[in-house]
Amino acid sequence: MPAKKSAGARFEPASDQSLLVYFGEQITLEANENVRRLLHLLEQEPIPGVDNLHPAYCSLLVKFAALKWRHQELERQLRKYLGRLNNVRLPEPRLVEIPVCYGREFGPDLDEVAAMHGITPERVIELHTSATYLVYFLGFVPGFAYLGELARELVTPRLLSPRRKVPAGSVGIAGNQTGVYPFETPGGWRLLGRSPLAMFRTDRDGLCLLSIGDRVRFVPVSRERFAEFERA
Amino acid sequence: MKVIEVLAPGLLTTVQDLGREGFGPMGVSPSGAADPVALRIGNRLVGNAAIAAALEMTLLGGTFLFPEGALAALTGSDFGAALDGADRLPWASFEVKPGQTLRLGATRSGARCYLCLQGGIAVKPFLGSASTHLLSGLGGYQGRALRKGDVLKTGDSDGGPNRTLGTNRCKKVTPKILEGLRPRKILRVTPGPQRGWFSQAAEKVFYGGTYGVSEEANRMGLRLHGPPVPEGAHGGMISEGVSLGAVQIAADGMPIILSVEQQTTGGYAKMANVISADFGSLGQLRPRDEIRFRRVTFETARKLLMEQEKLLTAKDSIVETI
Repeated sequence: MPAKKSAGARFEPASDQSLLVYFGEQITLEANENVRRLLHLLEQEPIPGVDNLHPAYCSLLVKFAALKWRHQELERQLRKYLGRLNNVRLPEPRLVEIPVCYGREFGPDLDEVAAMHGITPERVIELHTSATYLVYFLGFVPGFAYLGELARELVTPRLLSPRRKVPAGSVGIAGNQTGVYPFETPGGWRLLGRSPLAMFRTDRDGLCLLSIGDRVRFVPVSRERFAEFERA
Repeated sequence: MKVIEVLAPGLLTTVQDLGREGFGPMGVSPSGAADPVALRIGNRLVGNAAIAAALEMTLLGGTFLFPEGALAALTGSDFGAALDGADRLPWASFEVKPGQTLRLGATRSGARCYLCLQGGIAVKPFLGSASTHLLSGLGGYQGRALRKGDVLKTGDSDGGPNRTLGTNRCKKVTPKILEGLRPRKILRVTPGPQRGWFSQAAEKVFYGGTYGVSEEANRMGLRLHGPPVPEGAHGGMISEGVSLGAVQIAADGMPIILSVEQQTTGGYAKMANVISADFGSLGQLRPRDEIRFRRVTFETARKLLMEQEKLLTAKDSIVETI
Protein backbone atom coordinates (compact mmCIF):
# COMPACT_ATOMS: atom_id res chain seq x y z
CA MET A 1 0.00 0.00 0.00
CA PRO A 2 1.53 3.34 -0.96
CA ALA A 3 2.17 5.72 1.90
CA LYS A 4 0.22 8.92 1.72
CA LYS A 5 1.83 12.31 1.62
CA SER A 6 3.22 13.39 4.94
CA ALA A 7 0.96 16.42 5.08
CA GLY A 8 -1.30 14.62 7.54
CA ALA A 9 1.38 14.23 10.21
CA ARG A 10 0.73 16.04 13.48
CA PHE A 11 3.43 16.98 16.00
CA GLU A 12 2.89 17.16 19.73
CA PRO A 13 5.51 17.81 22.42
CA ALA A 14 5.37 14.91 24.89
CA SER A 15 8.00 16.13 27.35
CA ASP A 16 10.94 18.54 27.42
CA GLN A 17 12.96 15.82 25.71
CA SER A 18 10.47 14.15 23.40
CA LEU A 19 8.19 14.88 20.49
CA LEU A 20 5.33 12.74 19.20
CA VAL A 21 4.66 12.41 15.48
CA TYR A 22 1.12 11.22 14.75
CA PHE A 23 0.06 9.76 11.42
CA GLY A 24 -3.67 10.00 11.95
CA GLU A 25 -5.74 9.22 15.00
CA GLN A 26 -6.78 5.68 14.14
CA ILE A 27 -5.08 2.34 13.81
CA THR A 28 -4.76 1.81 10.07
CA LEU A 29 -2.27 -0.14 8.00
CA GLU A 30 -1.43 3.06 6.19
CA ALA A 31 -0.66 5.02 9.36
CA ASN A 32 1.47 2.17 10.69
CA GLU A 33 3.33 1.92 7.42
CA ASN A 34 4.17 5.60 7.69
CA VAL A 35 5.46 4.99 11.23
CA ARG A 36 7.66 2.19 9.93
CA ARG A 37 8.90 4.30 7.04
CA LEU A 38 9.87 7.21 9.29
CA LEU A 39 11.50 4.84 11.80
CA HIS A 40 13.46 3.16 9.02
CA LEU A 41 14.62 6.46 7.58
CA LEU A 42 15.69 7.75 11.00
CA GLU A 43 17.61 4.54 11.60
CA GLN A 44 19.31 4.82 8.21
CA GLU A 45 20.05 8.52 8.56
CA PRO A 46 20.11 9.33 12.27
CA ILE A 47 19.65 12.91 13.41
CA PRO A 48 22.45 13.88 15.82
CA GLY A 49 20.99 14.47 19.26
CA VAL A 50 18.04 12.15 18.68
CA ASP A 51 18.61 9.44 21.28
CA ASN A 52 15.69 7.05 21.00
CA LEU A 53 12.58 6.20 19.03
CA HIS A 54 9.37 4.58 20.30
CA PRO A 55 7.18 3.42 17.42
CA ALA A 56 3.53 2.51 18.04
CA TYR A 57 0.35 1.90 16.00
CA CYS A 58 0.13 5.28 14.33
CA SER A 59 2.72 7.41 16.09
CA LEU A 60 6.43 7.69 16.68
CA LEU A 61 7.87 9.17 19.86
CA VAL A 62 11.18 10.89 19.13
CA LYS A 63 13.40 11.36 22.19
CA PHE A 64 16.11 13.98 21.94
CA ALA A 65 18.86 15.63 23.94
CA ALA A 66 16.95 18.44 25.62
CA LEU A 67 19.84 20.89 25.50
CA LYS A 68 20.51 20.30 21.81
CA TRP A 69 17.04 20.56 20.30
CA ARG A 70 13.89 22.60 20.76
CA HIS A 71 10.62 21.01 19.66
CA GLN A 72 10.04 23.46 16.81
CA GLU A 73 13.55 23.03 15.40
CA LEU A 74 13.33 19.25 15.55
CA GLU A 75 9.89 19.36 13.96
CA ARG A 76 11.33 21.33 11.03
CA GLN A 77 14.09 18.75 10.67
CA LEU A 78 11.64 15.85 10.86
CA ARG A 79 9.37 17.43 8.25
CA LYS A 80 12.23 17.10 5.78
CA TYR A 81 12.25 13.37 6.52
CA LEU A 82 8.47 13.19 6.14
CA GLY A 83 8.75 14.67 2.67
CA ARG A 84 10.82 11.65 1.63
CA LEU A 85 8.67 8.86 3.08
CA ASN A 86 7.23 7.86 -0.29
CA ASN A 87 10.69 6.90 -1.49
CA VAL A 88 11.54 4.76 1.55
CA ARG A 89 11.91 1.09 0.74
CA LEU A 90 11.00 -0.93 3.79
CA PRO A 91 12.89 -4.18 4.38
CA GLU A 92 11.12 -7.29 3.06
CA PRO A 93 8.91 -8.52 5.88
CA ARG A 94 9.89 -11.88 7.31
CA LEU A 95 7.25 -14.52 7.95
CA VAL A 96 7.79 -15.99 11.41
CA GLU A 97 5.93 -19.05 12.65
CA ILE A 98 5.31 -19.23 16.36
CA PRO A 99 4.40 -22.62 17.87
CA VAL A 100 1.63 -22.44 20.47
CA CYS A 101 0.24 -25.08 22.77
CA TYR A 102 -3.39 -24.06 23.31
CA GLY A 103 -5.70 -24.54 26.25
CA ARG A 104 -5.63 -26.08 29.72
CA GLU A 105 -3.16 -24.44 32.11
CA PHE A 106 -1.35 -22.79 29.18
CA GLY A 107 -4.52 -21.06 27.97
CA PRO A 108 -6.74 -20.56 31.01
CA ASP A 109 -9.14 -18.25 29.12
CA LEU A 110 -9.62 -20.39 26.02
CA ASP A 111 -12.91 -21.95 27.11
CA GLU A 112 -14.34 -18.65 28.31
CA VAL A 113 -13.41 -16.87 25.09
CA ALA A 114 -15.11 -19.67 23.15
CA ALA A 115 -18.22 -19.39 25.33
CA MET A 116 -18.32 -15.59 24.95
CA HIS A 117 -18.48 -15.98 21.17
CA GLY A 118 -20.70 -19.08 21.17
CA ILE A 119 -18.11 -21.19 19.39
CA THR A 120 -16.01 -24.20 20.37
CA PRO A 121 -12.47 -23.89 21.74
CA GLU A 122 -11.31 -25.76 18.64
CA ARG A 123 -12.86 -23.05 16.48
CA VAL A 124 -11.07 -20.36 18.52
CA ILE A 125 -7.76 -22.12 17.85
CA GLU A 126 -8.63 -22.49 14.16
CA LEU A 127 -9.41 -18.78 13.88
CA HIS A 128 -6.32 -17.74 15.81
CA THR A 129 -4.00 -19.90 13.69
CA SER A 130 -5.52 -19.17 10.29
CA ALA A 131 -4.65 -15.46 10.09
CA THR A 132 -1.33 -13.85 9.17
CA TYR A 133 -0.62 -11.01 11.57
CA LEU A 134 1.39 -7.84 11.17
CA VAL A 135 3.86 -6.76 13.86
CA TYR A 136 2.60 -3.20 14.30
CA PHE A 137 5.38 -2.44 16.79
CA LEU A 138 7.28 -3.76 19.78
CA GLY A 139 6.63 -2.03 23.05
CA PHE A 140 5.47 -2.24 26.65
CA VAL A 141 8.32 -4.60 27.67
CA PRO A 142 11.35 -5.88 25.72
CA GLY A 143 10.26 -8.04 22.81
CA PHE A 144 6.48 -7.64 23.20
CA ALA A 145 5.04 -7.51 19.66
CA TYR A 146 1.62 -5.98 19.08
CA LEU A 147 0.05 -8.22 16.43
CA GLY A 148 -3.05 -7.53 14.41
CA GLU A 149 -5.64 -7.94 13.32
CA LEU A 150 -7.55 -10.67 15.01
CA ALA A 151 -10.39 -12.38 13.15
CA ARG A 152 -13.59 -10.43 13.75
CA GLU A 153 -15.18 -13.39 15.55
CA LEU A 154 -12.36 -13.34 18.13
CA VAL A 155 -12.44 -9.68 19.09
CA THR A 156 -12.73 -9.81 22.88
CA PRO A 157 -12.37 -7.15 25.56
CA ARG A 158 -9.46 -7.50 27.94
CA LEU A 159 -9.98 -8.90 31.43
CA LEU A 160 -11.76 -6.53 33.79
CA SER A 161 -9.10 -7.11 36.37
CA PRO A 162 -5.59 -7.86 35.08
CA ARG A 163 -3.68 -10.87 36.38
CA ARG A 164 -0.83 -9.97 38.67
CA LYS A 165 1.40 -12.54 36.98
CA VAL A 166 1.19 -13.80 33.43
CA PRO A 167 3.79 -16.50 32.69
CA ALA A 168 6.42 -15.80 30.01
CA GLY A 169 5.40 -17.23 26.63
CA SER A 170 1.67 -16.76 27.26
CA VAL A 171 -0.29 -16.01 24.08
CA GLY A 172 -3.13 -13.58 24.68
CA ILE A 173 -5.79 -11.59 22.89
CA ALA A 174 -7.29 -8.18 23.70
CA GLY A 175 -9.58 -6.16 21.47
CA ASN A 176 -8.48 -6.99 17.94
CA GLN A 177 -4.86 -7.58 18.95
CA THR A 178 -2.89 -10.64 19.89
CA GLY A 179 0.60 -11.10 21.31
CA VAL A 180 3.05 -13.22 23.25
CA TYR A 181 4.29 -12.17 26.71
CA PRO A 182 8.12 -12.29 26.62
CA PHE A 183 8.49 -12.11 30.40
CA GLU A 184 6.44 -12.82 33.45
CA THR A 185 4.57 -9.55 33.92
CA PRO A 186 1.14 -8.39 35.06
CA GLY A 187 -1.29 -8.46 32.17
CA GLY A 188 -4.94 -8.08 31.21
CA TRP A 189 -5.03 -9.99 27.93
CA ARG A 190 -7.08 -13.20 27.71
CA LEU A 191 -4.75 -16.17 27.50
CA LEU A 192 -5.34 -18.83 24.85
CA GLY A 193 -2.09 -20.78 25.02
CA ARG A 194 1.64 -20.65 25.47
CA SER A 195 4.64 -20.61 23.15
CA PRO A 196 7.91 -22.33 24.04
CA LEU A 197 9.91 -19.76 22.07
CA ALA A 198 11.89 -17.03 23.81
CA MET A 199 10.59 -13.74 22.41
CA PHE A 200 13.59 -11.81 23.72
CA ARG A 201 16.93 -13.41 24.34
CA THR A 202 20.51 -12.29 24.45
CA ASP A 203 22.35 -15.17 22.82
CA ARG A 204 21.66 -14.24 19.23
CA ASP A 205 21.69 -11.31 16.85
CA GLY A 206 18.68 -9.10 16.75
CA LEU A 207 17.66 -10.05 20.26
CA CYS A 208 13.94 -10.11 19.55
CA LEU A 209 12.31 -12.99 17.76
CA LEU A 210 10.15 -10.44 15.97
CA SER A 211 10.81 -7.03 14.47
CA ILE A 212 8.43 -4.27 13.54
CA GLY A 213 6.82 -4.99 10.15
CA ASP A 214 7.27 -8.78 10.34
CA ARG A 215 4.39 -11.14 9.54
CA VAL A 216 3.45 -13.81 12.04
CA ARG A 217 1.48 -17.04 12.01
CA PHE A 218 0.68 -19.18 15.00
CA VAL A 219 1.07 -22.94 14.62
CA PRO A 220 -0.69 -25.25 17.08
CA VAL A 221 1.57 -27.80 18.74
CA SER A 222 0.93 -30.65 21.14
CA ARG A 223 2.07 -30.77 24.72
CA GLU A 224 4.79 -33.26 23.73
CA ARG A 225 6.09 -30.98 20.99
CA PHE A 226 5.98 -28.02 23.41
CA ALA A 227 8.16 -29.99 25.85
CA GLU A 228 10.59 -30.85 23.04
CA PHE A 229 10.92 -27.17 22.16
CA GLU A 230 11.59 -26.30 25.76
CA ARG A 231 14.30 -28.94 25.99
CA ALA A 232 15.96 -27.73 22.77
CA MET B 1 40.74 -4.11 39.44
CA LYS B 2 39.53 -4.65 42.98
CA VAL B 3 37.03 -6.96 44.57
CA ILE B 4 33.93 -6.15 46.63
CA GLU B 5 32.15 -8.82 48.61
CA VAL B 6 28.47 -8.45 49.33
CA LEU B 7 27.96 -9.41 52.97
CA ALA B 8 24.36 -8.18 52.96
CA PRO B 9 22.60 -6.93 49.83
CA GLY B 10 20.08 -4.51 51.34
CA LEU B 11 16.50 -4.31 50.10
CA LEU B 12 17.14 -3.85 46.38
CA THR B 13 20.68 -3.14 45.26
CA THR B 14 21.50 -3.13 41.55
CA VAL B 15 24.31 -2.13 39.24
CA GLN B 16 23.33 1.00 37.33
CA ASP B 17 24.94 3.51 35.02
CA LEU B 18 23.25 6.22 32.97
CA GLY B 19 21.23 3.63 31.03
CA ARG B 20 20.96 2.40 27.45
CA GLU B 21 19.29 4.67 24.95
CA GLY B 22 18.27 3.69 21.45
CA PHE B 23 16.44 0.40 21.91
CA GLY B 24 12.89 1.72 22.01
CA PRO B 25 12.05 -0.07 18.74
CA MET B 26 12.63 -3.38 20.59
CA GLY B 27 10.57 -2.32 23.59
CA VAL B 28 13.68 -1.92 25.76
CA SER B 29 13.61 1.09 28.09
CA PRO B 30 16.88 2.75 29.10
CA SER B 31 16.87 1.71 32.77
CA GLY B 32 19.88 3.31 34.50
CA ALA B 33 20.16 5.20 37.77
CA ALA B 34 16.79 6.42 39.03
CA ASP B 35 18.62 9.48 40.37
CA PRO B 36 21.11 10.30 37.62
CA VAL B 37 22.18 13.49 39.38
CA ALA B 38 23.45 11.56 42.39
CA LEU B 39 25.21 9.02 40.18
CA ARG B 40 26.99 11.67 38.15
CA ILE B 41 28.21 13.55 41.23
CA GLY B 42 29.34 10.28 42.82
CA ASN B 43 31.36 9.40 39.77
CA ARG B 44 32.99 12.82 39.84
CA LEU B 45 33.90 12.39 43.49
CA VAL B 46 35.93 9.26 42.73
CA GLY B 47 37.32 10.51 39.43
CA ASN B 48 35.22 8.31 37.15
CA ALA B 49 33.64 9.23 33.86
CA ALA B 50 29.96 10.20 34.27
CA ILE B 51 28.87 6.97 32.59
CA ALA B 52 30.67 4.64 35.03
CA ALA B 53 28.49 2.06 36.81
CA ALA B 54 27.77 2.15 40.52
CA LEU B 55 25.56 0.40 43.05
CA GLU B 56 22.07 1.79 43.50
CA MET B 57 20.57 0.94 46.88
CA THR B 58 16.90 1.29 47.72
CA LEU B 59 15.48 2.29 51.14
CA LEU B 60 17.78 -0.11 53.00
CA GLY B 61 21.45 -0.33 52.12
CA GLY B 62 23.81 -3.29 52.11
CA THR B 63 27.05 -4.27 53.80
CA PHE B 64 30.19 -4.59 51.70
CA LEU B 65 33.66 -5.93 52.42
CA PHE B 66 36.64 -4.49 50.53
CA PRO B 67 39.51 -7.01 50.81
CA GLU B 68 41.71 -4.79 48.65
CA GLY B 69 40.39 -1.39 49.67
CA ALA B 70 38.88 1.23 47.36
CA LEU B 71 38.22 4.88 46.81
CA ALA B 72 34.49 5.23 47.44
CA ALA B 73 31.80 7.89 47.46
CA LEU B 74 28.21 7.88 48.66
CA THR B 75 25.64 10.14 47.07
CA GLY B 76 21.88 10.54 47.03
CA SER B 77 20.04 9.83 50.24
CA ASP B 78 21.68 9.37 53.63
CA PHE B 79 21.57 5.66 54.53
CA GLY B 80 23.57 6.12 57.73
CA ALA B 81 26.78 4.66 56.36
CA ALA B 82 29.59 3.51 58.63
CA LEU B 83 33.06 2.31 57.66
CA ASP B 84 34.25 -0.13 60.33
CA GLY B 85 31.91 1.68 62.67
CA ALA B 86 32.94 5.26 61.78
CA ASP B 87 30.25 7.45 60.19
CA ARG B 88 30.64 8.32 56.54
CA LEU B 89 28.53 11.18 55.25
CA PRO B 90 27.06 11.17 51.76
CA TRP B 91 28.26 13.56 49.04
CA ALA B 92 31.91 12.90 49.81
CA SER B 93 34.57 10.43 48.76
CA PHE B 94 36.66 8.49 51.25
CA GLU B 95 39.36 5.91 51.30
CA VAL B 96 38.51 2.35 52.25
CA LYS B 97 41.52 0.45 53.56
CA PRO B 98 41.99 -3.21 52.66
CA GLY B 99 39.81 -5.41 54.83
CA GLN B 100 37.39 -2.67 55.88
CA THR B 101 33.62 -3.11 55.84
CA LEU B 102 31.12 -0.47 54.76
CA ARG B 103 27.72 -0.92 56.34
CA LEU B 104 24.63 1.02 55.32
CA GLY B 105 21.31 1.10 57.10
CA ALA B 106 17.81 2.37 56.50
CA THR B 107 17.34 5.64 54.68
CA ARG B 108 17.18 8.86 56.65
CA SER B 109 15.95 10.89 53.68
CA GLY B 110 14.93 9.68 50.20
CA ALA B 111 14.60 6.39 48.35
CA ARG B 112 18.05 5.83 46.89
CA CYS B 113 21.71 5.94 47.77
CA TYR B 114 24.59 5.37 45.34
CA LEU B 115 27.89 3.74 46.16
CA CYS B 116 30.42 4.83 43.57
CA LEU B 117 33.87 3.25 43.42
CA GLN B 118 36.91 4.42 41.56
CA GLY B 119 37.09 2.47 38.31
CA GLY B 120 33.35 1.85 38.33
CA ILE B 121 31.62 -1.51 38.81
CA ALA B 122 32.77 -3.82 36.02
CA VAL B 123 30.10 -6.04 34.48
CA LYS B 124 29.61 -7.37 30.97
CA PRO B 125 27.71 -4.65 29.13
CA PHE B 126 24.33 -5.53 27.66
CA LEU B 127 23.31 -3.37 24.70
CA GLY B 128 26.15 -1.03 25.55
CA SER B 129 25.29 -0.41 29.18
CA ALA B 130 25.99 -1.89 32.61
CA SER B 131 22.52 -1.05 33.88
CA THR B 132 20.37 -3.79 35.35
CA HIS B 133 16.96 -4.18 33.71
CA LEU B 134 15.14 -6.09 36.42
CA LEU B 135 11.97 -7.02 34.56
CA SER B 136 13.82 -8.75 31.72
CA GLY B 137 16.60 -10.04 33.96
CA LEU B 138 19.27 -8.50 31.74
CA GLY B 139 22.28 -6.27 32.21
CA GLY B 140 24.05 -5.44 35.45
CA TYR B 141 25.20 -8.28 37.68
CA GLN B 142 23.57 -11.42 36.27
CA GLY B 143 20.49 -9.37 35.42
CA ARG B 144 19.31 -9.23 39.01
CA ALA B 145 19.52 -7.46 42.34
CA LEU B 146 22.58 -8.33 44.43
CA ARG B 147 22.50 -11.20 46.91
CA LYS B 148 24.58 -12.14 49.90
CA GLY B 149 27.83 -13.74 48.75
CA ASP B 150 28.02 -12.00 45.38
CA VAL B 151 31.49 -10.79 44.46
CA LEU B 152 31.81 -7.67 42.33
CA LYS B 153 34.82 -6.18 40.64
CA THR B 154 35.75 -2.62 39.91
CA GLY B 155 36.98 -1.67 36.46
CA ASP B 156 40.52 -0.84 35.52
CA SER B 157 40.26 2.72 36.57
CA ASP B 158 41.04 5.41 34.14
CA GLY B 159 40.58 7.39 37.30
CA GLY B 160 42.01 10.49 35.75
CA PRO B 161 43.45 13.12 38.01
CA ASN B 162 42.33 11.44 41.22
CA ARG B 163 44.46 8.36 40.99
CA THR B 164 47.24 9.40 43.30
CA LEU B 165 47.08 7.99 46.78
CA GLY B 166 46.81 10.01 49.93
CA THR B 167 44.16 11.93 51.78
CA ASN B 168 44.16 14.79 49.29
CA ARG B 169 42.22 12.67 46.83
CA CYS B 170 39.13 12.68 49.05
CA LYS B 171 36.59 15.22 47.97
CA LYS B 172 33.20 16.59 48.86
CA VAL B 173 30.43 18.53 47.24
CA THR B 174 30.08 22.15 48.34
CA PRO B 175 26.99 23.05 50.40
CA LYS B 176 25.88 25.58 47.80
CA ILE B 177 25.78 22.94 45.07
CA LEU B 178 24.04 20.47 47.35
CA GLU B 179 21.36 23.03 48.05
CA GLY B 180 20.89 23.57 44.33
CA LEU B 181 20.57 19.85 43.66
CA ARG B 182 18.36 19.00 46.64
CA PRO B 183 15.50 16.66 45.73
CA ARG B 184 12.17 18.42 45.43
CA LYS B 185 8.70 17.38 46.59
CA ILE B 186 7.07 19.84 44.23
CA LEU B 187 7.73 18.34 40.82
CA ARG B 188 7.85 20.70 37.89
CA VAL B 189 5.98 19.36 34.87
CA THR B 190 5.31 20.37 31.29
CA PRO B 191 1.91 19.68 29.73
CA GLY B 192 1.48 16.12 28.44
CA PRO B 193 0.43 15.13 24.93
CA GLN B 194 -3.21 14.54 25.95
CA ARG B 195 -3.55 17.66 28.10
CA GLY B 196 -6.34 18.84 25.81
CA TRP B 197 -8.43 15.83 26.75
CA PHE B 198 -8.80 16.94 30.34
CA SER B 199 -11.29 19.58 31.47
CA GLN B 200 -10.26 22.72 33.33
CA ALA B 201 -11.81 21.16 36.41
CA ALA B 202 -9.57 18.12 35.98
CA GLU B 203 -6.50 20.34 35.69
CA LYS B 204 -7.54 22.18 38.81
CA VAL B 205 -7.75 18.91 40.72
CA PHE B 206 -4.40 17.74 39.40
CA TYR B 207 -2.40 20.92 39.92
CA GLY B 208 -4.15 21.84 43.15
CA GLY B 209 -3.96 18.45 44.79
CA THR B 210 -1.42 16.84 47.08
CA TYR B 211 -0.62 13.26 46.12
CA GLY B 212 0.88 10.52 48.21
CA VAL B 213 3.35 8.03 46.77
CA SER B 214 1.82 4.57 47.19
CA GLU B 215 3.63 1.35 48.08
CA GLU B 216 3.56 0.59 44.35
CA ALA B 217 6.62 2.68 43.63
CA ASN B 218 9.58 1.08 41.93
CA ARG B 219 12.01 1.51 39.06
CA MET B 220 9.19 1.08 36.53
CA GLY B 221 6.87 3.70 37.90
CA LEU B 222 5.19 5.30 40.89
CA ARG B 223 1.47 4.99 41.50
CA LEU B 224 0.10 7.95 43.45
CA HIS B 225 -3.02 8.35 45.50
CA GLY B 226 -4.95 11.52 46.17
CA PRO B 227 -7.79 13.47 44.60
CA PRO B 228 -8.93 11.54 41.50
CA VAL B 229 -8.50 13.40 38.23
CA PRO B 230 -11.78 13.32 36.27
CA GLU B 231 -11.46 11.24 33.14
CA GLY B 232 -10.65 12.98 29.89
CA ALA B 233 -13.74 13.49 27.74
CA HIS B 234 -12.04 12.20 24.63
CA GLY B 235 -11.62 8.47 25.25
CA GLY B 236 -10.38 6.15 22.54
CA MET B 237 -6.73 6.44 23.52
CA ILE B 238 -4.44 4.47 21.19
CA SER B 239 -1.23 3.08 22.68
CA GLU B 240 1.73 5.30 21.89
CA GLY B 241 5.33 5.88 22.92
CA VAL B 242 5.73 7.22 26.45
CA SER B 243 8.46 9.36 27.95
CA LEU B 244 10.44 9.09 31.14
CA GLY B 245 8.53 11.06 33.77
CA ALA B 246 5.21 10.81 31.94
CA VAL B 247 2.27 11.41 34.30
CA GLN B 248 -0.44 9.00 33.15
CA ILE B 249 -3.95 9.19 34.51
CA ALA B 250 -5.23 5.66 35.17
CA ALA B 251 -8.87 4.62 34.83
CA ASP B 252 -9.47 5.34 38.53
CA GLY B 253 -8.19 8.92 38.11
CA MET B 254 -4.93 8.25 39.93
CA PRO B 255 -1.68 9.51 38.43
CA ILE B 256 1.11 7.05 37.58
CA ILE B 257 4.57 8.53 36.93
CA LEU B 258 6.87 6.48 34.71
CA SER B 259 10.41 5.90 35.97
CA VAL B 260 13.63 4.63 34.38
CA GLU B 261 12.62 1.03 33.77
CA GLN B 262 9.39 2.24 32.22
CA GLN B 263 7.24 0.52 29.67
CA THR B 264 8.13 2.00 26.28
CA THR B 265 4.53 2.39 25.09
CA GLY B 266 1.28 2.83 26.96
CA GLY B 267 -2.41 3.41 26.56
CA TYR B 268 -3.23 5.89 29.33
CA ALA B 269 -3.73 9.58 28.64
CA LYS B 270 -0.86 11.74 29.87
CA MET B 271 -1.79 14.89 31.74
CA ALA B 272 1.78 16.10 32.21
CA ASN B 273 5.44 15.11 32.14
CA VAL B 274 8.05 15.68 34.83
CA ILE B 275 10.81 17.94 33.52
CA SER B 276 14.29 16.50 32.94
CA ALA B 277 15.79 18.66 35.69
CA ASP B 278 13.53 16.90 38.22
CA PHE B 279 14.29 13.29 37.22
CA GLY B 280 16.71 13.05 40.15
CA SER B 281 13.96 14.18 42.53
CA LEU B 282 11.65 11.58 41.02
CA GLY B 283 14.22 8.88 41.74
CA GLN B 284 14.33 9.87 45.41
CA LEU B 285 10.58 9.64 46.05
CA ARG B 286 9.51 6.86 48.35
CA PRO B 287 6.21 5.45 49.58
CA ARG B 288 4.22 7.87 51.76
CA ASP B 289 6.04 10.94 50.44
CA GLU B 290 3.62 13.74 49.61
CA ILE B 291 4.12 15.60 46.38
CA ARG B 292 2.53 18.30 44.27
CA PHE B 293 2.82 19.28 40.62
CA ARG B 294 3.72 22.70 39.30
CA ARG B 295 3.29 23.53 35.63
CA VAL B 296 6.15 25.22 33.76
CA THR B 297 6.71 26.05 30.10
CA PHE B 298 9.08 24.09 27.87
CA GLU B 299 11.38 27.12 27.82
CA THR B 300 11.51 27.20 31.63
CA ALA B 301 12.16 23.46 31.71
CA ARG B 302 15.08 23.97 29.39
CA LYS B 303 16.46 26.82 31.47
CA LEU B 304 16.20 24.75 34.66
CA LEU B 305 18.02 21.85 33.00
CA MET B 306 20.80 24.17 31.84
CA GLU B 307 21.19 25.52 35.37
CA GLN B 308 21.33 22.00 36.77
CA GLU B 309 23.88 20.99 34.16
CA LYS B 310 26.02 23.94 35.22
CA LEU B 311 25.91 22.84 38.86
CA LEU B 312 26.74 19.28 37.90
CA THR B 313 29.75 20.17 35.83
CA ALA B 314 31.12 23.29 37.54
CA LYS B 315 34.75 22.86 38.56
CA ASP B 316 34.18 24.51 41.93
CA SER B 317 31.22 22.30 42.84
CA ILE B 318 33.58 19.71 44.28
CA VAL B 319 36.40 20.57 46.70
CA GLU B 320 39.12 18.52 48.32
CA THR B 321 38.75 17.58 51.96
CA ILE B 322 41.75 17.66 54.23
